[in-house]
Amino acid sequence: MILESIGLTKIFRMKPAVLDFNVKIEKGRIYGLLGPNGSGKTTWMKMVAGLTKPTKGMLLFEGEPWNYKNKAKIAYMSTEPFFYEFMTVKDVGEYYNDFFEDFDLVKFKKLIKENHLDEEEKAKHLSSGMNAKLKIIATLSRKAELFLLDEPLNGIDIKAREEIVNMIIESSSDENAIVISTHLLDEIESFMDEAIFVKEGKIIRQVKAEETRMEEQVSMKDIYMQIM
Amino acid sequence: MKYNNEMPIYLQVIRDLKKKMITGQLPLGAKMPSNRELAVVYKVNPNTAARIYKELELEGLCYTKRGLGTFVTGEEVQVETLKEEMARELLIHFMNEMRDIGFQKKEILTKIEDYEEGLE
Repeated sequence: MILESIGLTKIFRMKPAVLDFNVKIEKGRIYGLLGPNGSGKTTWMKMVAGLTKPTKGMLLFEGEPWNYKNKAKIAYMSTEPFFYEFMTVKDVGEYYNDFFEDFDLVKFKKLIKENHLDEEEKAKHLSSGMNAKLKIIATLSRKAELFLLDEPLNGIDIKAREEIVNMIIESSSDENAIVISTHLLDEIESFMDEAIFVKEGKIIRQVKAEETRMEEQVSMKDIYMQIM
Repeated sequence: MKYNNEMPIYLQVIRDLKKKMITGQLPLGAKMPSNRELAVVYKVNPNTAARIYKELELEGLCYTKRGLGTFVTGEEVQVETLKEEMARELLIHFMNEMRDIGFQKKEILTKIEDYEEGLE
């Protein structure tokens, strides 16, 4: 098991943003973290990425209590744009390469080319679809063991979504675990191994997708609609 | 591929691959896509892709050459059998449903002929 979240809780201004999150994440699997906006998905990811401290509870990374060194093995993609506007596509690759030891510049360049991004183009001139692709390419070019992708499919056209989905599937391996937060169930239904349903800061249910379809003849979307 | 998300995805992919074998889109002895390629084409995760190949191997429709990948069986009889099985399965379903709503063999045959001639 790569990550275990035990009773993880975050209280913001007296209100719980995340309440008693118990989750186990294993390598070789893709997880859907599913819930509406404001249900605690981002806050939980930020705690796992070490960007905000839990109020209560514990995180185990590879069986040991989480410590800052684990950051080197965790790739978190936030919903906000995260490179400077003056940077070109090429600069983003170099910046990441300097910043992360596990960055694979060859993979970055290959994906940039395959996805028709212009190396010399400035980040601020990219369309929202291109920007989303650049973000995911930069994140997936790390050889991280745990990928946390916060809303990678939001606000972009159907073609860019498909390309992003393909990159996520291609990057999945026995060496990593991928967690995708989204409320766009249709986009990830066919390729998530497990679905974690989150509502109002709490985990309502966690299921294995194929087993559940087999046993209950329901889709992950059916469960989502039922819960939310 | 469009899925029925209330059914296991891997079974739907297997069915699609079987149809491709029957129609020759995946000819005898042809090299199948790698796990990862299959995963991307069908929008499934690589675990599911591996499981799909395992199932097809168990049914004798595929085999793996170490280091070279997965291939469609070279034996025509396997694919012929598959074709017969699938046809039979579809027929059983169709006949059961038709009988359930009160059709007899003769009427069913007429229905089929009319349908094929575009009368219905």
